[in-house]
Amino acid sequence: MEKKLYTVTIFSENHVGLLNQISNVFTRRGLNIETLSVSPSALEGIHKFTVTTESDSDTIEKVVKQIDKRVDIIKSFFNTDEELVYQEIALYKVATDQFLRLGSIEELIRKYNIRILEITENCVVLEKTGHYDETQGLFNELSEKLTILQFIRSGRIAINKSKIERLSDMLDKIESKRNLE
Amino acid sequence: MKGSYILMESLRAEGVDTIFGYPGGTIIPVFDALYDYLDKFNYTLMRHEQGVVHAAQGYARASGKPGVCIVTSGPGATNVITGIGDAMIDSTPLIVITGQVGTSALGTDAFQEIDMVGITQPISKWAYQIRSANEISIALARAFYIATTGRPGPVVLDFTKNAQVENAEFFHKKCTYYRGYIPSPDINQRQIETAAEIINNAKKPLAIVGQGVVLGHAEDELLKFLTKADIPAASTLLGLSAMPSDFRLNKGFVGMYGNMAPNIKTNECDVLIAIGMRFDDRVTGNVNTYAKQAKIVHLDIDISEIDKNIKSTAKILGNAKETIPALTEKINSAQHKEWVDSFSVYEDTEYKKVIQRELNSQDGKINMGEVVRKVSDATNHNAILVTDVGQNQMAAVRYFQYKQTRSVITSGGLGTMGFGLPAAIGAKIGMPNRTVCMFAGDGGFQMTIQELGTILQSQIGVKMILLNNNYLGMVRQLQELFYNERYSSTLMVNPNFNQIADAYQIRNRHVTHHEELDEAIQDMLSDDKPYLLVVDVEEYGLIYPMTPAGETITNILMPKG
Repeated sequence: MEKKLYTVTIFSENHVGLLNQISNVFTRRGLNIETLSVSPSALEGIHKFTVTTESDSDTIEKVVKQIDKRVDIIKSFFNTDEELVYQEIALYKVATDQFLRLGSIEELIRKYNIRILEITENCVVLEKTGHYDETQGLFNELSEKLTILQFIRSGRIAINKSKIERLSDMLDKIESKRNLE
Repeated sequence: MKGSYILMESLRAEGVDTIFGYPGGTIIPVFDALYDYLDKFNYTLMRHEQGVVHAAQGYARASGKPGVCIVTSGPGATNVITGIGDAMIDSTPLIVITGQVGTSALGTDAFQEIDMVGITQPISKWAYQIRSANEISIALARAFYIATTGRPGPVVLDFTKNAQVENAEFFHKKCTYYRGYIPSPDINQRQIETAAEIINNAKKPLAIVGQGVVLGHAEDELLKFLTKADIPAASTLLGLSAMPSDFRLNKGFVGMYGNMAPNIKTNECDVLIAIGMRFDDRVTGNVNTYAKQAKIVHLDIDISEIDKNIKSTAKILGNAKETIPALTEKINSAQHKEWVDSFSVYEDTEYKKVIQRELNSQDGKINMGEVVRKVSDATNHNAILVTDVGQNQMAAVRYFQYKQTRSVITSGGLGTMGFGLPAAIGAKIGMPNRTVCMFAGDGGFQMTIQELGTILQSQIGVKMILLNNNYLGMVRQLQELFYNERYSSTLMVNPNFNQIADAYQIRNRHVTHHEELDEAIQDMLSDDKPYLLVVDVEEYGLIYPMTPAGETITNILMPKG
């Protein structure tokens, strides 16, 4: 079956060992986690994981069900790129003297929509947000022209475009049903 | 109140009356508290932590109540891992309490420290570390809720030493809710109607019954459902005894060593109704050729089982106790006489070629099947059958017969050798008024043979039938059939099992000829005390019919001749 990149979004309790529970399911199915991003969600006490992985549609569906089945997981779902607005952030550290010798800094900044975060005697730190191809594009161009001293790219973060039930509404529904019982 | 006493009170509040355990350094405070509660709990000291967890499984499977284990940290904890995995895959509710070093020593490779939560997360329903006495009451209530609701499973509570000795307030509030955990999905009427329509249009329906029916206490509902639409049904290994053996529509046992008729009919039916089962590969054989002609209606409480192995045409989510009657209401009364009768040609073939020969050995050697059937007959088919794993297991479940539900306790998903003896101890403790017959081979019996010590100390009236062929029989069978009779690592030189039983003061008998069998079984069943019946069986016995692993389920091997 054809493989493509899926983005898995997981809402969980904020307990010790949640990442282990999630990664176990990927491990069992032999799926590589391509990117991972974890942070508190908009709802207090609930953490959000965004994971990307290469998979076929059948497997990803089963993986997400098996993650969702864990009792500490509140909700898990998956999307393809077309259904999402997504972003990554990358930081690039280059030597100041090399950077100044580039000559076409303005052009570069405009082309890639770069932000400059820091300039010291020794180094310049650039920031670029965008899709993987875009952050990689800047990396490639910089590498041709100078030495990149350090490079770091974040995991993907994503927001769903489709009209799906909000987690807070879902939790409210569960809560109100519980109060009826 | 001290943490260890909060644990005792919490267990009491959850209705626990039986505990299996084995003490050790980090759990001593809990055993110290238990000393004050010995009149409140029926506590059994096993001989190995593997025995502890399998006994708790046997107890849970027989009684329907969660099995409670208490063991120490480190090796005590790792010794229960197999049982936790077994309980997870066989949906058995367990509360496994393991000792843990104090929180200040966590992560330091302290003596007998092991990352129990990390190890058991992938193989348990829930694993939680109790780090302070304040958490005990809530953690226990949550543990029981999670272990026993929805699709049951094992819960691990890793109990740090400081939490056992600190003081906190005990309170009990039954847990009925855990955010994000939906134990049993609500019944969806549209799902019921869609499924009912498919079943109403069926000419050749076949139901396959799994343990979900037993776990949901839906045995009566199942029989009403099958009877109303005249649907023949067969069981998975763990679904056995959900229907009585003599129920008109009970067509036996499906899968690798199952009955011919339901396996063949799986690939002839037009609608396959899977009830509380998970299409395990031992049931399906090759999934690419499994029931391709049929519409699949899948009833399960666990949404992650739907479409996991076999794509369903229609699904019904929920507890079988509710979904089966809801479905029964919507289906039409029907007759499928011709279809039901069509099973008999394969039943006759299997009887002539396999069963009759197994039960009436001609060459003087005793077959496993005949021992099993004689024991089943002698208990009037009312006993609880506990098996080990291997040929003994397949012979036992094929030839034992059932009148009551919860009468088969066997390691299905994990296939754990050594399960039988401790599980039988647990089953007898859970159901003291029922006869418990445990069948094991010489291999599996020796994996947990130390539990004879538990039987001696606690006088557990388990009837043990050792089917001794001096081989690891199931592997030997596969070597005979598929590895050119190269019996690598399967021949066993065995001790005198009767002398071992004598040493444990267990009444015993050794049978080598058919003529002695009936009388020996009568002797075994003459009281409610422990008994070991050692039967020398055909060394080269084979279990048939057999569908080799991964083959189309209808590619059934039969004995030669």
